[in-house]
Amino acid sequence: MRRTQVQARLNGADVDFLCEPRQSLLEILRDELGLTGTKEGCSNGNCGACSVMLNGRLVNACCVLAVETDGADILTIEGVADGDQLHPLQQAFLEEAALQCGICTPGFIIAAKALLEREPDATEERIRYWLAGNLCRCTGYDKIVKAVQRAGVQMKGSAS
Amino acid sequence: MEAFEYVAPRTLADAYSLLGNGRRVAALAGGTDLIVQLREARRSCDLVLDLKRIPELRVVTIAADGSLQVGAAAPLADVYEIPEVRRRWPALVDAASIIGGTAVQGRASLGGNLCNASPAADSPPALMVMGARLRIGSAAGTRELPVGEFFAGPGQNTLLPGELLLEVIVPPMPAHSAAFYHRFIPRNEMDIAVASAGAWLQVGSDGTIEGARIAIGAVAPTPLMVPAAAQALHGRKAGAEAFALAAQEAASAARPITDMRGSAAQRRHLVGVLARRALERAHQRATEGR
Ligand SMILES: Cc1cc2nc3c(=O)[nH]c(=O)nc-3n(C[C@@H](O)[C@@H](O)[C@H](O)COP(=O)(O)OP(=O)(O)OC[C@H]3O[C@@H](n4cnc5c(N)ncnc54)[C@H](O)[C@@H]3O)c2cc1C
Ligand code: FES
Ligand code: FES
Repeated sequence: MRRTQVQARLNGADVDFLCEPRQSLLEILRDELGLTGTKEGCSNGNCGACSVMLNGRLVNACCVLAVETDGADILTIEGVADGDQLHPLQQAFLEEAALQCGICTPGFIIAAKALLEREPDATEERIRYWLAGNLCRCTGYDKIVKAVQRAGVQMKGSAS
Repeated sequence: MEAFEYVAPRTLADAYSLLGNGRRVAALAGGTDLIVQLREARRSCDLVLDLKRIPELRVVTIAADGSLQVGAAAPLADVYEIPEVRRRWPALVDAASIIGGTAVQGRASLGGNLCNASPAADSPPALMVMGARLRIGSAAGTRELPVGEFFAGPGQNTLLPGELLLEVIVPPMPAHSAAFYHRFIPRNEMDIAVASAGAWLQVGSDGTIEGARIAIGAVAPTPLMVPAAAQALHGRKAGAEAFALAAQEAASAARPITDMRGSAAQRRHLVGVLARRALERAHQRATEGR
């Protein structure tokens, strides 16, 4: 099958790649561009391990064709820290021990960031509903939700 | 995944010209059904026709006549984030905000939810009770039909070859009327309805029911309107007695199956309860602030 050239913004830089129409954004990120922070859990939209931002919206990269992203703006977990400076969410996940195997963590952080940036005062209930599409099979959700709440406080503090 | 070609036309005319020609074309909106079906080889096609670069299929507008016009490929989040939509069509928000999780709602469209024609889809009963209509187009022109006439069976809609769904048109809710939609699932979110019900009620100032519509989901090969439930309500006083009669009609209209999500008997029972509670909530909304 002919490969198509795609140009996009990825974590703030221009990227160019070739892909087959049937390849998902998740496959291209991991196998073509070497960005393995975005994980594959289910490949059917249920687990959220592949969460990325696409043109400002939280999406599952396994349910996006890479060819669709020509001209798009994509953010993955690799674009979340500021150099060596961890994002408040990353820091909070460490401090709250909100991960064990870590497969779900990049997805949770991308999804939680999308929430806190638009709703810094999100309640626990709101956080739980927003993150309902992200599954964790080992840590349990309490620590994850606590980490998100902690990061929310932090992010508000540094914004004002 | 089997190989296919991909095209993202910029105009409807270009899109129509790609339909047919003996090729198996699959329209793509948010891909939350289509991409998964292709990956799991439940479906195959020669060409994926991405509709998202056609501007009119992406816009959500409130028209001069007060109706809400939702481009078929607009993501659900683009619809339910509009404050005016939340205020005037809360039943649409009831349905759109429980379809998958946040990441699904950032991609999935109303158009795709309708075209995929799952008997358990959440948007159809809500749209049916609100009296929504669909605008369908082809190279030959456009036609409109009530959303309830769009479904032919599980996974089957009534689009003809060469046609695309263009727009969902939700009329303004008349004075003293409101709709509500909900479903039963074993968890709080991220699951497919075991049974669902939507209700719309118009209530006069003395509490008499002047108009009603009930629709049920996941209990028949297609979402169903229940005219007998509406008739049972008409002219009665809004309240427990009338709602119980309508709920009975909803349960008897159901033609449920038994599968891993629930037994036929459980579904029939559930859909009655859901219909009654949907009426209570629609009534509450319709009479708020009186
Ligand atoms: C994890 C997960 C959870 C989900 N949970 C729910 C749920 O709780 N409730 C629910 O109702 N659904 C649920 N769904 C399914 C829901 O996401 C889809 O039905 C969605 O609304 C389809 O919209 P889409 O834009 O993604 O469509 P696509 O997948 O792009 O298309 C769906 C179908 O419609 C056709 N199509 C799309 N647009 C048009 C058009 N304009 N004209 C003609 N044909 C067209 C496509 O060819 C395809 O056959 C879930 C899906 C996932 C992955
Ligand atoms: S891998 Fe994409 S949602 Fe599970
Ligand atoms: S830490 Fe293992 S899945 Fe969440």
